[in-house]
Amino acid sequence: MSTSSESVSAPAVPEQEAVRGTRLAFRGAVLGRPGAPVLSDVDLEVAPGEIITVVGPSGCGKSTLLRTLAGLLAPLDGTAEADGSPLTGPSAGRALVFQEDALLPWRSLRGNVELPLAIRGVPRGERRTRAEAWLARVGLTAQAGQLPHRVSGGQRQRAQLARALADSPRAVLMDEPFGALDAQTRSGMQDLLVEVLRGTGATVVFVTHDVDEALFLGDRVALLGSGRVAAVRDVPRPRDRAAFDAPARVALRRDILTSLGS
Amino acid sequence: MTRRPLARYVLRAASLATALGLWQVLTSLDIDLWLRFSQFPTVTDVAHALAGRLSGADYWTDLTDSLTRILTGFALAAVLGVATGVLVARSPLAEDLLGPVLEVVRPIPAIALVPVAILLFPSNEQGIVFITCTAAFFPVLVSTRHAVRALTPVWEEAVRTMGGGRLRILGSVVLPGALPGIFGGLSVGIGVSWICVISAEMISGQYGVGYRTWQDYTVVNYPGVFVGMITIGVLGWVTSTAVELLGRRLTHWLPRSSYVPGGRPRASRPLAAPVRADGDSERKTQPEQQGENHTEEARDEHLV
Repeated sequence: MSTSSESVSAPAVPEQEAVRGTRLAFRGAVLGRPGAPVLSDVDLEVAPGEIITVVGPSGCGKSTLLRTLAGLLAPLDGTAEADGSPLTGPSAGRALVFQEDALLPWRSLRGNVELPLAIRGVPRGERRTRAEAWLARVGLTAQAGQLPHRVSGGQRQRAQLARALADSPRAVLMDEPFGALDAQTRSGMQDLLVEVLRGTGATVVFVTHDVDEALFLGDRVALLGSGRVAAVRDVPRPRDRAAFDAPARVALRRDILTSLGS
Repeated sequence: MTRRPLARYVLRAASLATALGLWQVLTSLDIDLWLRFSQFPTVTDVAHALAGRLSGADYWTDLTDSLTRILTGFALAAVLGVATGVLVARSPLAEDLLGPVLEVVRPIPAIALVPVAILLFPSNEQGIVFITCTAAFFPVLVSTRHAVRALTPVWEEAVRTMGGGRLRILGSVVLPGALPGIFGGLSVGIGVSWICVISAEMISGQYGVGYRTWQDYTVVNYPGVFVGMITIGVLGWVTSTAVELLGRRLTHWLPRSSYVPGGRPRASRPLAAPVRADGDSERKTQPEQQGENHTEEARDEHLV
């Protein structure tokens, strides 16, 4: 972790906010649906406030890993832990952002963002204020009253992001959230994600099949391959577009592509 | 190509008027060509009978009796059908416990339950409501079960990861998500309910449109029979339209295609030369429109 003196270009996570994030861990875990394990020997620790990206070929178990962390799937063996205690099920503290449309089609964008707040029992007036504030942060003020199918795919994913972050979760789990978007929209969404995560201190696990996206967003990149976590690599200067051509980044990118190709 | 609403209403009215006109011609001329219209009352006979009935008290008593029976039975069926459908779709235990009984009872025509109704219920009135309810129950049950099973799993998972419990999932995902399917069942159910309430009234009712229609038949009052039939038709139409409208209002969120199937596709038969030219011109305009849509969508995307 960088010291505050060098934090001019790379935003360092302040100590106090780092504590807000959840510490996530797998210990000797076997993951998959019952009777069909896809990942074994998973040992992985995600520090509070860290952004870890997970890359791997399709079908390698990226989504399985994420759904286990969300509490939607139980590990077949070993444990998945949040803050040192085994996961028993889904929790509002760990928000999940889906690849496909997970917005409820009968609720307006505002209604969708209000939903996690309603579940938590936030009073109606405050719910609305907070939802509108989040929609404004992701640039959807004008579309707040629209139904999901009336807005573009990129706007839907921004609404999903706002919904995930509205209840200030301590961990955000993202399953290829920008996978269906075109390249231009996608890089705009990455910048937006970095922007809205700043100051939340949330731990982020971000699954993608795009190596460049993984290298841009992640403090670390976990590589999945042949049924296990093949490697976990530190990323030099994450979330800095200028570092794209830096020799260290280029070398890491080549490494990752090679090991994915093999 | 799309007709304006007014023009469509005129067409619909013309359709009804033509049917009535045909009836009047066939019956007033006493046409007897294998089908025998000579004994048939004419439209004017029926209209006179209807006017006579409308001024009397019995007609309105019959109407309210039938409506009360069907609305009670249908409301019960809607509540029970949706509840059972959700239960059976969501719980394997409920499916094992209730499934076999429901599947065995389902093929029995509700009107065949008249003896059961007579044995079970102290009054005719309750028996008729029971039969009406049973008739509508199964379509509602089956369509609810299918709709709940067809729900997109992500919706439920999203609510679960927000910390939502069973009740929240039921209220925020299952019921609203299954609503389009449920209304499909309700639309079928209201139709079946009318069939059964009228039949039950004919067999065992006192008052009611079905009872009156049968009474008129037994005393050979044919215009009266037709007044009954028309009353049933209009009431059925009004109630099913009400169900349809309510359903459309509650599922206004459904993405509806912007394509309006108003115009008759006259150019679809590539037989004669001018028709083919017409078709060509249509084919030419279509890609242009699609192109426009694409750019609009693309523009939307770039707003991100």
